[in-house]
Amino acid sequence: MGDVLLYMDPVINERLLAFARPLAEAAGGSLVALVAGSEPADLSQLAAADVVLEVIHPALSPYLPEAHQAVLAAAIRERAPDLVLLESATSGYDLAAAAAAMTGLALVGYCVGLSLDGAEAEATSSIYGGQLEATVRVPLPAVCAISPAALRDEPHQPGRGEHAALEPPAELDSLRTKFVEAITPADEGVDLTKADRIVCVGRGIGDADSIEIAQELATALGAELAASRPVIDSGWVPKVRQVGKSGAHVKPKLYLALGVSGAPEHIEGMQGADLIVAVNTDPGAAIFNVAHYGVVADLFEVAEELTTLLGESG
Amino acid sequence: MDIAVAIRLMPNTGDELEVEADGADIDRELVEMVINEFDDQALEEAVLIKEATGATVTAVGLRAEGIEQALHVAFARGADRVVIVEAGELDPYDARTAAAALAQGLRQLAPDLVLIGVQTPCDVFGQAAPYLAVDLGWPQANVVVGVSIVDGAARVHQEYSGGRLAVLDLQLPAIAGVQSASSPPRYVSMSRLRQAMAQAEPETLEVSVSPSAQAPKLTSLARPKPQIGATMLTGDAQEVAAELIGVLREQGALVG
Repeated sequence: MGDVLLYMDPVINERLLAFARPLAEAAGGSLVALVAGSEPADLSQLAAADVVLEVIHPALSPYLPEAHQAVLAAAIRERAPDLVLLESATSGYDLAAAAAAMTGLALVGYCVGLSLDGAEAEATSSIYGGQLEATVRVPLPAVCAISPAALRDEPHQPGRGEHAALEPPAELDSLRTKFVEAITPADEGVDLTKADRIVCVGRGIGDADSIEIAQELATALGAELAASRPVIDSGWVPKVRQVGKSGAHVKPKLYLALGVSGAPEHIEGMQGADLIVAVNTDPGAAIFNVAHYGVVADLFEVAEELTTLLGESG
Repeated sequence: MDIAVAIRLMPNTGDELEVEADGADIDRELVEMVINEFDDQALEEAVLIKEATGATVTAVGLRAEGIEQALHVAFARGADRVVIVEAGELDPYDARTAAAALAQGLRQLAPDLVLIGVQTPCDVFGQAAPYLAVDLGWPQANVVVGVSIVDGAARVHQEYSGGRLAVLDLQLPAIAGVQSASSPPRYVSMSRLRQAMAQAEPETLEVSVSPSAQAPKLTSLARPKPQIGATMLTGDAQEVAAELIGVLREQGALVG
């Protein structure tokens, strides 16, 4: 009883292990890391777990949502943990709700904070594009999907290092999902992860024609132009220039965000920048929570003034 | 080939949302409700598949204020049929019960493929695509950036962090949670929309759901505390720009 079961996203998630350790201690249980693959996992990376619960089956790599949801549900049934934690990565978006539904557990997502309080957990969840945080009480046992924003690279304390095998669930032999191929992003000569300076445009840029104003500023700053997902999805800036969960994770010296609201999926990709400057007309924009300097103003006016001043001084 | 696409109305997160005095919800009097941006992408992908294969597209929404208008938009964009699922009043944060209601409606419609947005801005109790998959007993993939029909299966591109992709084939019937369509959602002219309003007659389906006793409870909403506490620069654009240049120079963020 009192166990905390962690689903290890196809790659071993040491940050989730670090996040979960205090919860396992509070629950008085073990930190159980579920590892699912077609080959035995490298256990040296799992030293922070008390128990590595391993399931090996040919259908488990490459990752298939249908296969991994069956495994997670089987692990929950076998271990009956108090808490099941996943990271809100793609696997979390696939599996958290599926596993909760298959096992009848309650679910809270987008958690940026989580604590235990008797027979309940209290979560703080980031919603409405990061504008608001919800406090949610959930009865245990429960599944919680943890926002990447809450996970840190921390030195881990070693766990007990036990190993247990989980029987592959029968569903793995009758899957209706087939892996076809993997695609890695094409190298199109732009590598935002290597840029020292980035000017990123968000939805506030308004239309395709206005991108030029940001591009001029980027050129004047010696920066790469980047964009958040809504701008990329609109086709105004090529996909290779996307920053965020589904784009590049960047750590430039300067990150200038123009009209970026600061959705959690965007913050995930840029919060490691040395200096973050945000310009947005909305004083409540979530981007200001992670910025070092903020300006509540029309981004076009500020961008044009900056370009002019840089031209004069350069 | 019948494709159902779910249309959900959500507060426009591009606007500043106000929390009500008791902290239990946003002020819904002030908020503009818009089609969930990822459902908008799902709708576009459904219409692209229709254009490629001759499939029919049914847009489905739960009864809520403004849903007819949203379904008219879907019709104008290329949906062949629009359906309202009558489930009574639902807690706006209980995405799980909403998914259960939608699943009941979908079971009656029996499509080959369901497309729905990857998430909503407030589905804090879980994303719909995996809930629908378990409720209906169908395979699903969430965070999908392209769907096509290949050899009678749904071929999806599932996206992982850093933009890596896997191509998966889902046996039909199946569900895909769409993050982005293969091309940006198309523009609909006012005249086309007016035409749709005259032509699209929503059908209705009755369903019955009740929330689980074990459901989580959202107890309060608040603005997040700033992590850093940004220094806010004020003044007109010229003053702010000059001050910013000074900051960038001081912090060594400028070239040279």
